[in-house]
Amino acid sequence: MEKVLTRPNRCKQCGLCVAACPTKSISFSDDINASGCNYTIINYDNCIGCAACYVVCPDGVYEVLGDK
Amino acid sequence: MAKARKFPESIDRAANGFCPGCGHGVAIRLIAECLEELEQDKNLIYGIGVGCSSLLGGILETDRRHCSHGRAGAVCTGVKRVNPDNLVIAYQGDGDAYSIGLAETTAAAYRNENITVFIINNTNYGMTGGQMSHTTMPGQVTTTSPHGRNCDITGYPMKFPEIVASQFNAAYVARGAINTVPQINKTRTYIKNALEAQMNKEGYSVVEILSTCPTNWGMSPVDAKKRLTDELIPYYPLGELKAREVK
Amino acid sequence: MGDMIKGNEAIAEAAIRAGARFYAGYPITPSTEIMEYLSYRLDEVGGSFVQAESEIAGINMVIGAASCGVRAFTASSGPGISLKQEGMTTLSDEELPAVVINMVRYGNGIGTLLTAQCDYLRETRGGGNGDYRCIVLCPSSIQEAVELVGLAFDLAEKYRMVSVLMSEGALGQMMEPCELPEMKEPKRYSWGFDGKYTNKLIGIFDRDSMKESVLLNEKYNKVKENEQRWESGYIEDADYVFVSYGLPGRSTMGAVEQLRNEGHKVGFIRPITAWPFPDKAFKEVNPNVNGFISIEANATGQMVDDVALTVKRVMKSDISVYCNPHVYGIPSMKSIKEDYHKVVAGELKEVY
Repeated sequence: MEKVLTRPNRCKQCGLCVAACPTKSISFSDDINASGCNYTIINYDNCIGCAACYVVCPDGVYEVLGDK
Repeated sequence: MAKARKFPESIDRAANGFCPGCGHGVAIRLIAECLEELEQDKNLIYGIGVGCSSLLGGILETDRRHCSHGRAGAVCTGVKRVNPDNLVIAYQGDGDAYSIGLAETTAAAYRNENITVFIINNTNYGMTGGQMSHTTMPGQVTTTSPHGRNCDITGYPMKFPEIVASQFNAAYVARGAINTVPQINKTRTYIKNALEAQMNKEGYSVVEILSTCPTNWGMSPVDAKKRLTDELIPYYPLGELKAREVK
Repeated sequence: MGDMIKGNEAIAEAAIRAGARFYAGYPITPSTEIMEYLSYRLDEVGGSFVQAESEIAGINMVIGAASCGVRAFTASSGPGISLKQEGMTTLSDEELPAVVINMVRYGNGIGTLLTAQCDYLRETRGGGNGDYRCIVLCPSSIQEAVELVGLAFDLAEKYRMVSVLMSEGALGQMMEPCELPEMKEPKRYSWGFDGKYTNKLIGIFDRDSMKESVLLNEKYNKVKENEQRWESGYIEDADYVFVSYGLPGRSTMGAVEQLRNEGHKVGFIRPITAWPFPDKAFKEVNPNVNGFISIEANATGQMVDDVALTVKRVMKSDISVYCNPHVYGIPSMKSIKEDYHKVVAGELKEVY
């Protein structure tokens, strides 16, 4: 169950979320977005939905769905 | 598991124009989150500085004035005096606020104007390509201190919040940073306090936010955060330098 | 007839009566009394007064207040207006109305405290960057100043540009009988900030300079067509026409009366708007006029350039244009009459 949604078109490939993620669940896609950046993708098996990615991202890529 | 986090709608009309990994993006989001929580996002007038801070204008849908370089302190004074019930926020960088704008920034604090000022401090003039600013560190290489800043002849980095907290009659003074998740969360509470101080008509509030400039520091965004942690924070203490008075 | 009142106080009170409710400024002789008067008067009418930390801060505070739709103004003298130039071009760029009052004093740099007309070129051309113009109004009496203050605000709002009341130190300091206008109810412009973003803005990165330049020219052409103001006399049959504004304009009118009584066919044009310059006045001048004589209180002759350009545009190019720059003060009627005799005798060479 995905706990985090992403907007790949906003990603600038800065890498802050990759470094901040405590479970190392974020990596760069081989694909690029319209800005030419390898946008981030999440390994949902590892993701714990802690929202560190949302907090450190300067560009509004992430949305955390939270507890239902 | 965390609570739901969604990017604030009030700044979502377009992607921002900042460099990858720039601290401005985080600072702006924190401010917008607080404004939406305080239900002030539709009661708001921004005075925006010149420099990278002017990129804020590209994503806002609010009343705003792009001020002449350094003059946001004066423009916001004029706005707040005639529109006292609107939230008036100055959003500037260290160059805009502390170099060319030092007089206006200081005077607004000195007069205890009921405005909130956010100063994003990344120790250089970013937009113009990385020149030395009033907050550049000793020995820091910039395009106008090519051998490293010599503080004997250029002055030591300025600590504006300390001046306000110790010398002026202001309502709330804090310094935050965007280097780690806990620090970003703390900075968010400083921002909220500053805005509430204005809403309660307590007087002048300022939050300096230590930030990164990967492009002009010549570092990756991750390494830039390391510089912030290791070099800037020891010099620029974090925390509430003047807390709000408990009434 | 009206009571005796000091010029600076009358100007300040006139602004209040025109509905102005924000002032920010800095003391500078000979305009300071305007600010001191407003420091208590604005409070009385529920307005806002700030003694700014500098001239630059003052004009930027005016920008802030004008942004919210409030009639805002500042007053200074030459050196202070120099500092405000960034604010003047910014107000023009953002299409914000404001009134800037210059009680001119003589000199470059810090200058002197002598009354003068040495800022003409700067006010009419603008000392800030870019292609802007300001409406420039020149009173020759305290009564006229008081009326022009109200007009300054009205025109600034009508065209969304800066109006400059370009007066002289002496007018601010002297006393004359004056009827003050009725108190006008202040109201905010509908497009001012209200915090709710009622009026949408064009993003700074979305502006189109080509489009804007067309609109800019349209605006200024409208002002030039519709807002020229002047006073003139004896020009239909004049051999020589004096051109002079402000207090020297007053002496000039007196000199013309005396010269006419002595049988000399002279006339006068007294510009009340320096920008737009009253070229319509020149259309009524005797087409066979021998020359124009500009009487000004500065060192190098400044308005004479506009006289020559206007004569070329509206009449014939080969009409002589003379100037006697009296440096500072208010030239006496006697000295202006002497200027006329010098021109006729060939002792004062033409400038154009």
